[in-house]
Amino acid sequence: MDLRKQQITFYTVMLLGTLAAMGWGLKTAGAPGAMFGLFAAFTLGGGLMCIWERSVVRSAFSLMATFCGVAGLFLLLGHDFLAMAQILIYVGGILVLILFGVMLTPPDLNERQLPRVGLGVLLVVGTLAFVGAKVAAVVNWAQAEALPPVETRADEIGAAFLRADGYVIAFELAAVLLTVALVAAVYIARRKPSDMIDLTDEGGY
Amino acid sequence: MGLEAYVVVATILFGLGIACLITRRNVIYVLMGIEMILNSANINFVAFNRFNGDGMDGRMFAIFVIILAAAEAAVALGIVLNVFQLFGTVKPSDVDLLRE
Repeated sequence: MDLRKQQITFYTVMLLGTLAAMGWGLKTAGAPGAMFGLFAAFTLGGGLMCIWERSVVRSAFSLMATFCGVAGLFLLLGHDFLAMAQILIYVGGILVLILFGVMLTPPDLNERQLPRVGLGVLLVVGTLAFVGAKVAAVVNWAQAEALPPVETRADEIGAAFLRADGYVIAFELAAVLLTVALVAAVYIARRKPSDMIDLTDEGGY
Repeated sequence: MGLEAYVVVATILFGLGIACLITRRNVIYVLMGIEMILNSANINFVAFNRFNGDGMDGRMFAIFVIILAAAEAAVALGIVLNVFQLFGTVKPSDVDLLRE
């Protein structure tokens, strides 16, 4: 019952925070601001939920909100190709990979310790607030109103990848790295022949 | 929205990622925290690219970060699989073979 109350309180606070963020955005920048508030609330709420939840499966799925929120922020910044890549790779790929990892873990519901989690969040947020206040005191931020509307096209990115004065070396290096990493991942994750069940004893299939 | 709003969101996400790394005792949570940190870096790259003129360096960096994150997740999961087979646990504090 106590746990249930905790959950209800947590999710009520999250919902109110989302609404507050959207209202704040609507007030400062109109409709794009409201969308920014929504996506920011998705991003941060997913992260917070990931730390809060006791079960690994729920944490993994809450990460989906984070990834989708980040994709929405990319869209707001005008980079539609990146937003699509984010959804395809993070939500479709990495999240599924993490869910495979979840299958390994026995459900350990007492692993989350609230004092530990609260202290960790407090410490990190306090440090970042301190550093952020120092930085904000000396920086002049660019304002969105002065910016022209951005127009990005996916074929520009493709051309920039393969131009000689573009990013061709990084592109090739990334290709080699991906190949090596994936082959290595398959190699270290496979079962050794000695681990296999010998089917020939039972007369095969 | 100004640049500072995006930077604030990215900073808080970075903090949540670090908190996820250090407060939970499970390798899967460590992986999730790393993904959050990479995402916050990506938000920064893209936001500064948008607010800093007409180059495309930030966008390209973000794409390469996504590529690296995919490779890292695959290798990390392979390592976690092996650690689980060897030690029968996914708690980082229990993997202490070299200490003995």
